Amino acid sequence: MIDNLNWPATAVFVFFFAVVTVMGFMAARWKSGPLDALHEWGLGGRRFGSWITWFLLGGDLYTAYTVIAVPAAIYAVGAYGFFAVPYTILIYPLLFVAFPRLWAVAHKHNYITAGDFVAGRYGHKGLELAICFTGIVATMPYIALQLVGMERVILALGFDGQGMLSHLPLTIAFVILALYTYSSGLRAPAMIAFVKDTMIYIFVIAAVIYVPSQLGGYGAIFDAAQRVYDAKGGPTGLVLKPAQFAPFATLALGSAMALFLYPHSMTGILAASSGSAIRRNAIALPAYSLVLGFIALMGYMAHAAGIKVANPQDAVPQLFLKMFPGWFAGFTFAAIAIGALVPAAVMSIGAANTFTRNFWKPFVEPDLTPGKEAWLAKLVSLIVKVGALVVILFIPVQFALDLQLLGGVWMVQIFPAIIFGLYTRWFSGTALLIGWAVGMVLGTWLAWGPTAWTPVHPVFDLFTSYNGLTAVVANIVVAAVLSPILRSTAPDQTAEADYDDRGVTA
Amino acid sequence: MMRFILLLLPCVLALWVPLYNSVEPRLLGFPFFYWSLLLLVPVSALFIYAAYRGESR
Repeated sequence: MIDNLNWPATAVFVFFFAVVTVMGFMAARWKSGPLDALHEWGLGGRRFGSWITWFLLGGDLYTAYTVIAVPAAIYAVGAYGFFAVPYTILIYPLLFVAFPRLWAVAHKHNYITAGDFVAGRYGHKGLELAICFTGIVATMPYIALQLVGMERVILALGFDGQGMLSHLPLTIAFVILALYTYSSGLRAPAMIAFVKDTMIYIFVIAAVIYVPSQLGGYGAIFDAAQRVYDAKGGPTGLVLKPAQFAPFATLALGSAMALFLYPHSMTGILAASSGSAIRRNAIALPAYSLVLGFIALMGYMAHAAGIKVANPQDAVPQLFLKMFPGWFAGFTFAAIAIGALVPAAVMSIGAANTFTRNFWKPFVEPDLTPGKEAWLAKLVSLIVKVGALVVILFIPVQFALDLQLLGGVWMVQIFPAIIFGLYTRWFSGTALLIGWAVGMVLGTWLAWGPTAWTPVHPVFDLFTSYNGLTAVVANIVVAAVLSPILRSTAPDQTAEADYDDRGVTA
Repeated sequence: MMRFILLLLPCVLALWVPLYNSVEPRLLGFPFFYWSLLLLVPVSALFIYAAYRGESR
């Protein structure tokens, strides 16, 4: 089981893991407030300024799975996998324009989730439930994939157990995570994010300088990759085939529209201490996008280093084992594993917040006290993480991958209700709910391929588009056509002035 | 209005695939496809910063 263990790498790995574990438990006392209130446990008391938000959102959005999956896609197909870069260019103008408005109205009315906002804005419980359901089903597989990212690096350390024992390190890591998230809430991932992000910056800068110096420069790296794709053929290469233009651009756009609607992004944003903290982050967060771009290029570095792996997700770990001394590979793997902990914690908190606020309270126990509300959310965050672990232990990984792909398609279907809702109450709740249902069904149906779930599908034989984007366009059309017919008389809890964050701080 | 143009411009560039889908001209060994997109990341941040300055004035 541990005969082939890379000891220097493992020692460094375990050391950093121990450090963040201690930090996770200590975080409960940081900027402390009464942790038996949901906005304290689940939003860190909305006390995170620009800096903390930068680390937290960076740690939360650029996940371990991303660090493994993006270079894996580049390794496998080339340029097409680089859609992650235009995608990260698109997200920040949207963050800058729309989300300070959401922060302001959420602060004014103590909204903690997207579902809270929709319930207040449209007075429509059905729509609130739809938002809550979408968030939870899209987040669950995403948490599971963080575990996949973590398991890839534990495997690369040389751990090769049989059967259930092979999952032992992962299980231990996840139980520890579950415990300190339970006790410290959002403060734990916020604090750990400092360590995670610093480590990621260090390993990326080292790799970007050192690896090309060993492989003959970037020109040689790209040329080596080109030769691999020439031999491989098909839709691969250093640039896109014309037929890939539309899928590439629509994937970037549709994924960008979905990103900040995920419960974990929403949690990170609403925990900011002001609207300006969000604006400043829209300017500063692209630093992580640059890092992601270079991580993506590690897929090509792996080709140039002669790494041949059956599972492309092993390309980056193997690259680091080959190019760096054991202790630095261990440092890198620790960065990736800790990179899984931050988003997994925030995702479970986001899912727990929305389950408690938008399902349990309105439908099961309307007279939930604040203390019991926070207690329930803590419990749900535990259940969510155990659920993700069970998925990884007992269900094929492909199932989580498929669900994650569908999750993106589903998540973007709440775009009209949330983003349009920040500017206008013209749409009616019922029309938005029907539009959402149409988008969910259409998006899922389009993704249903003959042999596997597919992210893109031809539109009227004209071009090929990302299913999430195609479905959300249909969703918007339906909601717009039905809104004048199904006028809503429900009260709007919010007023126009509530959306202006200027002069408001938490 | 000006700030929406500032914010929209990097988005349009990022989605306009034929504009950057080529190997040449290379820069430091990077094909154009890669260095132009990587360069667009800090450029987009500058545009957002410009919109921020315009707004707070």
